[in-house]
Amino acid sequence: MSTLMQELNDKALALGVPLSVQLDVTYRCNERCIHCYLDHDDHGEMTTAEMKSVLDELAEAGVFYLTLSGGEILMRMDFFEILAYARALMFSVKLKTNGFMIKEKQADRIRNLGVESVQISIYSHRPEVHDGITKLPGSLKRSVDAVRFLMSRGLKVIVANALMRQNMNDYAGVKALARELGAECTIDPTITPKMDGDESILALRIPDAKLQEVFRDSSLFGNVEEFCAPPAPVGDDVLDSLPCSAGHTACYISPYGDVYPCVQFPLPSGNVRKQKFLDIWRHSSQLNEVRSIRARDLNGCSGCGHVGTCTRCPGLAYMEGNMRGPSWADCEKSFARTGIPSPNMLARMAAGSAAPAFLPASFSLVQIQGLTA
Amino acid sequence: MKNPSINNPYIARSPMVAARLLGGEMMIMSAVDSTLFSLNEVATAIWQGADGATRLEEIVRQHVCPEFDVEPALATEDAEGFVAELAAHGVLLVSDQPISAPAPPRESP
Ligand code: SF4
Ligand code: SF4
Repeated sequence: MSTLMQELNDKALALGVPLSVQLDVTYRCNERCIHCYLDHDDHGEMTTAEMKSVLDELAEAGVFYLTLSGGEILMRMDFFEILAYARALMFSVKLKTNGFMIKEKQADRIRNLGVESVQISIYSHRPEVHDGITKLPGSLKRSVDAVRFLMSRGLKVIVANALMRQNMNDYAGVKALARELGAECTIDPTITPKMDGDESILALRIPDAKLQEVFRDSSLFGNVEEFCAPPAPVGDDVLDSLPCSAGHTACYISPYGDVYPCVQFPLPSGNVRKQKFLDIWRHSSQLNEVRSIRARDLNGCSGCGHVGTCTRCPGLAYMEGNMRGPSWADCEKSFARTGIPSPNMLARMAAGSAAPAFLPASFSLVQIQGLTA
Repeated sequence: MKNPSINNPYIARSPMVAARLLGGEMMIMSAVDSTLFSLNEVATAIWQGADGATRLEEIVRQHVCPEFDVEPALATEDAEGFVAELAAHGVLLVSDQPISAPAPPRESP
């Protein structure tokens, strides 16, 4: 984060301003990605007028960064009307899309509306792997074409590569493809439970051994020795720090108007169809509870050596049953990085339940390797 | 960095930027090159006065001098530098003619 961005973030935090909001305009999608956490049926999306009214309220609340996502944003026939309205309100808009429906005409419209960046999901450079994940034949070609159309119009494009077992060996290929296209590339091994709590898709998470390999790839993480070093002892500054931006300077709004601290933190905190956004932002007891939590309040994490460097996501912890507790996925990541198990992992092992059911069978082996390394 | 070619120009906010007031100061991001700016209160006043129909000196006289108690000549000199910098990033439009309705982005038909 640039210094100025950090300063603006600190200022927003001090003033209680929601600097960033992700608004999902629909959960409908033309792809059926095997790792997707959404229910794609329409259960009563906000109308165009409701969307515009929410955007008015967000602008009034001081929101600057607006991410429009889904589902697939272009499944809404009124998507460009919503986007134009958002840009007229001067948000810095980022789009997340699979790109399938972006042809030259749509790319022109996105460029003309002054969108800041477009993130397009690409799972593999190989059609059989990408299309196998999206379940939509021809989708890799269409997504890559979309990147080309947008790039050729001078837009900033980010290729997002979600890693799972099916494509875990292809991230280098995706990175090379992004480079060839002139786009940025992000790689994320996080797979979350479905919104209804179904954890079956967690079986798609890449095995620990692969995660270790990814974390030791210097082309992704630069100085691997530093990145994978055992964590240094932490002081009060870390224990008094905020877990993340969720509920502090950021939040998420679903197509049905439900407000949550983050797209990955499904704690219902209000609904913009029933209440003004600012009332929810300022007075929701759920958001205020999230705001009250500091690292030192986290059961298990506050005494964990990883607490200063862990990517612990309170949303994942919430989905596991306790937003003040550890997140197993992040215990795994900290372990894969450093080879040092968290107290949470050790406690589960001692209790005879080493890991949730979805954890790969390689867990104990990998851990022993880590401990003896 | 001044723009020597236009004396006392008309200025207008570019429709291609993102902008929001945060604690009295304007945050601006250029959609052209993603540069982020934070304008102080004086610059914010000039930005808000940049309607395309008013010349810079008049904007300074109307929005800056009374509010911030500065000499018009000095304030205009500072404003010229600020305008040139923002114009270089496509954040402000500068012209020797009035700039018609700097409308927010619209759908092209
Ligand atoms: S850590 Fe989790 S809850 Fe926090 S901003 Fe990131 S994804 Fe959202
Ligand atoms: S490794 Fe686990 S227990 Fe330790 S801080 Fe991260 S989430 Fe918490």
